[in-house]
Amino acid sequence: MTQEPLITDELKAAIGREAAPITIEIDKSAIRLFARSVGHVDLIYYDEEYAKGKGHRSLVCPPGFLGHGIHTPLKPSGIIGNSVMAMPALNFQFKGLLNGGTEFEYYGEDICAGDTLTGVSKIGDLRERSGAMGKMLIVVTETNYHNQDKKLVATQRGTVIMYK
Amino acid sequence: MADQVYIEDVKVGDEIPKLVKNCNTMQLVMWAAGSGDYYQIHYDKDFANLMGLPGVIVHGALKHAFLGQMLHDWLGDKGQIKKYGCQYRGMDLPNQDITCRGVITAKEDNLVQLDIWAENPNGDKTTPGKATVILPSRG
Repeated sequence: MTQEPLITDELKAAIGREAAPITIEIDKSAIRLFARSVGHVDLIYYDEEYAKGKGHRSLVCPPGFLGHGIHTPLKPSGIIGNSVMAMPALNFQFKGLLNGGTEFEYYGEDICAGDTLTGVSKIGDLRERSGAMGKMLIVVTETNYHNQDKKLVATQRGTVIMYK
Repeated sequence: MADQVYIEDVKVGDEIPKLVKNCNTMQLVMWAAGSGDYYQIHYDKDFANLMGLPGVIVHGALKHAFLGQMLHDWLGDKGQIKKYGCQYRGMDLPNQDITCRGVITAKEDNLVQLDIWAENPNGDKTTPGKATVILPSRG
């Protein structure tokens, strides 16, 4: 067995590199669709008048949801939505991908229908681990989302496991 | 939704109300559209088998969203999630209970830390995580 490290100097150089920003227009239908798919029962995700009565500007983004990136045929979104769309390119050949984990951090700002978010992702860290599927590359991504008022509203951290 | 919970009402060691979910494949399809994750292992049995899986499996991020629902329903109108996350350690299957639970591990000012997790019918923590939330004060 060779003991070559998975994490080459080239891969190391990708740590901290930012991907091109993505734009997300949050709309009411997307919020209702997401909330329904989870099974949420709070009307702040469905009924705009109710949400306003609770002090929100419009329907509120449920936990774990920040809308959908804008898709056009010229810039396909891929199969795994915002997270992969926004990921910086990494030169690493792999057989399979696993989602290792998800974390959302919020900064006290309401995120509502009508907001436009800009998300910028970077590779926060790369780690190597041996497991049931042999050597695995663990990629930690971090995406910061600012709203139309340039306020940081959320940070999404993801762990992607790549195996050969 | 329950009555508003306040910081004065909670102490370290308390368990928050659990949320029991059970997804059929229709819900997984709805989630695919709702989240934008169209990976076929979550709705195409043949594809899932080809990838070495026993069948379609529940999306990790859907379990993350379930944990978010549990926190939101407990926090009520005046509480806020500051941060929450989880790791996907084990697969969950459709038509099996996924029980979301949380226990308070620390409390300081209006901030509360919790261990949160989703467990399968055998009691295995397939999806362990942590949360930081803000609770309102009485008066």
